[in-house]
Amino acid sequence: MTTIAQTRVPRGRYGLPQAARMEWIKLRSLRSTWWTLALTAAGTVGIGLAVGLNSRDGSVDLTNNALGGVVPGLLLAGALGVLTMTSEYTSGTIRVTLAAIPRRPLVLAAKAAVFGAVTLVVGEVASFIAFFAYTATLGHGIAAPTLGQPGVLRAVVLTGAGFCLIGLFGLGLGAIIRHSAAAVAVLVAGVYVIAQVIGFVAHDAAAYMPILIVGNSLSTTRPVTCGTGGASCPHFLSAWAGLGVLGLYAVIALAAGGWLLARRDA
Amino acid sequence: MIEARGLTRRYGPTVAVDALSFDVRPGSVTGFLGPNGSGKSTTMRLILGLDRPDAGQVRVGGRRYRELRWPLREVGAMLEASGSKAFHPGRSARSHLAALAAGNAIPRARVDEVLDMTGLASVAGRRAGKFSLGMGQRLGVAAALLGDPAVLLLDEPVNGLDPEGVRWIRNLLKSLAAQGRTVFVSSHLISEMALTAERLVVIGRGRLLADTTVAGLAAGSASLEEAFLRLTGGAVEYRGNTAKEATT
Repeated sequence: MTTIAQTRVPRGRYGLPQAARMEWIKLRSLRSTWWTLALTAAGTVGIGLAVGLNSRDGSVDLTNNALGGVVPGLLLAGALGVLTMTSEYTSGTIRVTLAAIPRRPLVLAAKAAVFGAVTLVVGEVASFIAFFAYTATLGHGIAAPTLGQPGVLRAVVLTGAGFCLIGLFGLGLGAIIRHSAAAVAVLVAGVYVIAQVIGFVAHDAAAYMPILIVGNSLSTTRPVTCGTGGASCPHFLSAWAGLGVLGLYAVIALAAGGWLLARRDA
Repeated sequence: MIEARGLTRRYGPTVAVDALSFDVRPGSVTGFLGPNGSGKSTTMRLILGLDRPDAGQVRVGGRRYRELRWPLREVGAMLEASGSKAFHPGRSARSHLAALAAGNAIPRARVDEVLDMTGLASVAGRRAGKFSLGMGQRLGVAAALLGDPAVLLLDEPVNGLDPEGVRWIRNLLKSLAAQGRTVFVSSHLISEMALTAERLVVIGRGRLLADTTVAGLAAGSASLEEAFLRLTGGAVEYRGNTAKEATT
């Protein structure tokens, strides 16, 4: 019997670096990834531009207006997060993935690291371009905000981070639910639709709705006021508290997803 | 070497795999035979740790799958490609293999090697969703060979292959076994196993019916098929009338 010509086996054991490299190749080798990310950025910048061209009131939080186009982009980032996980189940790739990396929480951790990094970069780029595009198109004698003014840089940077955190929340949801359509539906309902409903019926809870956190906490330079009839205005979280709550949502979804991934049949 | 001991798996009230014990040894092709729904795929999934057994255990090369240090370098698997595929339709064959290679620190050059071995080199950049069933099977084989593993598990590898492809798989499996590897191939095609395998593990309704050589099973019957049908006669869930007449 001839012996097997084994290629040289490296020492140690597979770990997060190998898993992350695998997930990075998987993410970048799908055209849909880049289309979705391009749309995410384009939507954010496009709406920011449109708002800038139509701004006539210089007394409002202009930075918040510049970042007012995040809603479609946030939903796309969340949906891409969902699909990053659920497409493994739809295509059957999950079995091959887990055969290569049998320690399952490592697979989700690697996906979170890679997808989180990509959406953070795309989110920041979109957020900064939206801000500069907005300030460049401001007319009607309104003085454009600059990054040096109080809270402006914070608002732009944290809004970019919002894309990453909603994307990771989507990834966790995908791991929990496993079916693309169902998970996207839960994402849109949880992040957006319920936020709108709660905004009407339970004002204080609205401050904790993901999309309102981005719109009214992360992307603001000063506390949100609700105009003259502001008595029923919810007490929106500060920018940093909003970031913390959004991060907590992502962590909870990923932890639950990882726990289920490790326990269920693949 | 694959060692299953008392392997049991239930899905609700159904016992898919029932106290299954067998060894698959290196150096020969071992066929894994059984009627449809007899538990072959479940057993394959239990070996790979994709499903968890309710009782018993299975070791590959002396370890449970989850304890392997570089799983793809030790076990190469191709799972039930006929039902749902095991690759994303939007990803090219090369990217699919490159991702798996990266997961177990397998050199990138090995990706092109297995693409050549499986005849996919010329279509490696194409989206795998455009592949025919046969090309998809070849991609599954390429993924199994990627880590140059000592143990190979293939679930119905000849499904969807044309006669040239069937012969290619047959010769490939034989040569892999001749190199001293453990080759475990499930099939419901007895005639194909008669040509490919030396040893057979036969199951029905999740239970072990025979663990023997091809010659040993065929002995005393007109053909291997005859012997198989007699052996599994009590373990078939659905049967047409003509098949019933043939076994009596």
